[in-house]
Amino acid sequence: MPARELAIRLLASLVTLFGVAVVVFVVIRIAPGDPIAMMLPPGADEDDIARLRALHGLDKSIWSQFWIWLGGVARGDFGVSISIRQEVLPVALGRLPATLELATLALLIATALGGLLAAAGTLGRSTGAEAAVDVWNGVTLSVPDFLWGLAFILLFGVVWPLFPVSGRISPSLDPDYATNFLLAESILRLYFETLSDLLTHMALPAAALALPLSAVIAQLLKQSLKEAMAQDYAMLARAKGFSEPAVILREALRNAVPPTLALVGVQFTFLIGGTVIVERLFSYEGLGNLAIDAVINRDLPLIQGIVLVFSALFIAVNLLVDLVNAWLNPRLRDG
Amino acid sequence: MILNRRTLMGTGAAGLALGVLAPGAARAQAGSLTIAYNVNLPSWDPTVGPSAVNPTIQGIYQSVFDQYIAQAPNLDFEPGLITEWGWTGGNSGIRMVVREGVTWHNGDPFTAEDVVWSLERAGDPDTGNPIQFVWSKVGNYRINGNVITADVLEFEPTLFKWMGFLTGYVLPKNYHERVGAAGFEAAPVGTGPYMVERFERNAFLRLRANPNYWGGVPEFETVTLKFVTDASSRVAEIESGASDITLEIPYEEFDRLTARPGLAGTTTPVSDIGMIFLNDVEPMTDPNVRRAMAHAIDKELIVERLLEGYGVPIDTLQTPQYAAFDPSISVPYDPRRAAELLAASGYGPDNPVRFTIQTTRGFKPKDYEMILAIVGLWRRVGIEAEVEVYEIAKHFELRAADQLAPAAFYNWGNSVGDPATSTGFAMFGPSPHSVWDGQEMIDMIGPLWGEADEAARIEGYKAVDRRIAEDALVIPLIQYVQPIVHRADLAVTPHVSGALHPHRVRNAG
Repeated sequence: MPARELAIRLLASLVTLFGVAVVVFVVIRIAPGDPIAMMLPPGADEDDIARLRALHGLDKSIWSQFWIWLGGVARGDFGVSISIRQEVLPVALGRLPATLELATLALLIATALGGLLAAAGTLGRSTGAEAAVDVWNGVTLSVPDFLWGLAFILLFGVVWPLFPVSGRISPSLDPDYATNFLLAESILRLYFETLSDLLTHMALPAAALALPLSAVIAQLLKQSLKEAMAQDYAMLARAKGFSEPAVILREALRNAVPPTLALVGVQFTFLIGGTVIVERLFSYEGLGNLAIDAVINRDLPLIQGIVLVFSALFIAVNLLVDLVNAWLNPRLRDG
Repeated sequence: MILNRRTLMGTGAAGLALGVLAPGAARAQAGSLTIAYNVNLPSWDPTVGPSAVNPTIQGIYQSVFDQYIAQAPNLDFEPGLITEWGWTGGNSGIRMVVREGVTWHNGDPFTAEDVVWSLERAGDPDTGNPIQFVWSKVGNYRINGNVITADVLEFEPTLFKWMGFLTGYVLPKNYHERVGAAGFEAAPVGTGPYMVERFERNAFLRLRANPNYWGGVPEFETVTLKFVTDASSRVAEIESGASDITLEIPYEEFDRLTARPGLAGTTTPVSDIGMIFLNDVEPMTDPNVRRAMAHAIDKELIVERLLEGYGVPIDTLQTPQYAAFDPSISVPYDPRRAAELLAASGYGPDNPVRFTIQTTRGFKPKDYEMILAIVGLWRRVGIEAEVEVYEIAKHFELRAADQLAPAAFYNWGNSVGDPATSTGFAMFGPSPHSVWDGQEMIDMIGPLWGEADEAARIEGYKAVDRRIAEDALVIPLIQYVQPIVHRADLAVTPHVSGALHPHRVRNAG
């Protein structure tokens, strides 16, 4: 991607973020639920209500509140959470690594599973194997991630209690890490006990998130592979004596990946969105779980902060996917 | 009362015998206890912000902090960090004796200065204490050794009850001033039975027993509270043996789990009731309609069929544990009487009275289903109610603005058990929590706010409750029952407030 286009994309991203800021600010103020009414004690009178409203800056007009908030955001000050009583940005960013690691693990599982299914379907094309792959994809795609989560809790948390069903890490472990990227740091520091504990905690939520995405990847990649396998270069490879798996791996896959990768990038943002419910279900300490608490408590500054962080993440992921696509595909790069 | 069979089961008599855990279950380490808790803990300061008035997290606060005055499991008040308390000089002052020999978790000695600082801070409008309007009614504190005296600026008969209620916690003066609010959030210090060892918001809280606790060293050295907000996940936690105790699970699951070997449970009526607010707008201004609504509801049937027997029908806003409970006040199920009352106002099954009833869905056990059942019972006598589902946040907003629908389902907690904090605030028109603005209630409740004669005050509220029942100004439905499931080799003492206290858990052996 040329530098000029990149600059335009970055500028457009800023405009998008501003739009998100406006929309979220207005929407959560016209949505039902007044945070002050939520915290009114029995016996509170009009003066108490006015005092609490002023204390949280809600006594000003919406536009005054918006410009004060936006000015703060521009300076990196996203305000103070009403419920947690801490600065919003450090709290939200502190949770982001947990969500990113969960989403990344889910993406890896989905890619591996989807890739295997696509390869199996391509190898067994027009046979019962492909039909079986299609049926499996249909099943995994038609069941939403949170229902997979519930099923996994029942199956692997209760019937065969192989995995923990709540949390990100065992409370008995005290990893003294520099960041909150616990999984990444465990790998880098070769702390296998912590790594194992993290992976067992993340296995079920990541699998729940991964299954529907794996079906999408499998379907698209299988289609692309089938098209590639009908191309001249695939036939030439066969004529040279390559086995079918070798043709797939060495010839077809390279050409089939770019369209799948573009889709995976888009789906990854959906996957991050899906973490909200799944994190809640598994009591996983990520940004999504925090977002639900913020909504329940009508914690306006925290909701605004989390939405902006999510939006920035989505924009960054999409930009990254475009860059990787351009790098992989010379036609896009040169265009 | 319907609860007998369940109460017997709830005591977990059989379950208290040592049992074997389900296959695959992992026993807790000796000296440690893991609880799958139903709510997250947003903030550590129990005196400011929305967390301070959230009844469901008070049990966590009470594990780390002590209150001025404590509450026994049956809601009786008992010495906390102050051991004696009372009014002086004809209610013009108060006198409190501070407990001696107490230390903060960081080793600092607990003093009368901590108590005075906490009370003055609570009464300061700038600190954001939601109950500031109570704490500000006392001032000019004086300390003499471990005795504190102060002037009453405005008489508040429930002052000492608030000392065992929301925001009634003592915080460490020196430590808080040294580390500030942010430092306190990061490393809270109390005098309670457990010390905070590690806190991961939305994940878990690890507590370590306070070896110097004035109430005796807790039985378990380490307590881990996992914040598991999803009920099905809490069921999985206890069923798989990953947690030793959990609470607030569906009643059907309670029955199933406690029937399993190795698990036992308790079901306790708690200080939380389900009720229908009536707003004094059409058609609720017609007393015949209100009375008919009340008489047409078969609460016992609802408890038995919908709540699996886990609930106590009530006819006033007082539960049997509250100070102003009057068992003689009754609003019987009488559909014939309901039909007569409606007919007197020109309504009947062919010409039903119509209005909207608002309800939450899933906020409390079977809330929506309960309202659907009630609407069905109403329909039989000539009441056609349209059900509107709203979020609890919307309820608070509408109630504060006095814009609730003619009928609105809600739950009301009152662990202090005083009628002022149930009937008083719910039915006194000027209160932001009341949507019934009738002058009669204002005239009856108004003088009780400052009534110094406690017996007269309680009797006054009983008279108010009787009048409310006669005129159906609100429709009390049930007292909720809290299910707790635990390992069978544990003995759990439930608290009527609904707070689950780890320091009240013992090894049953």
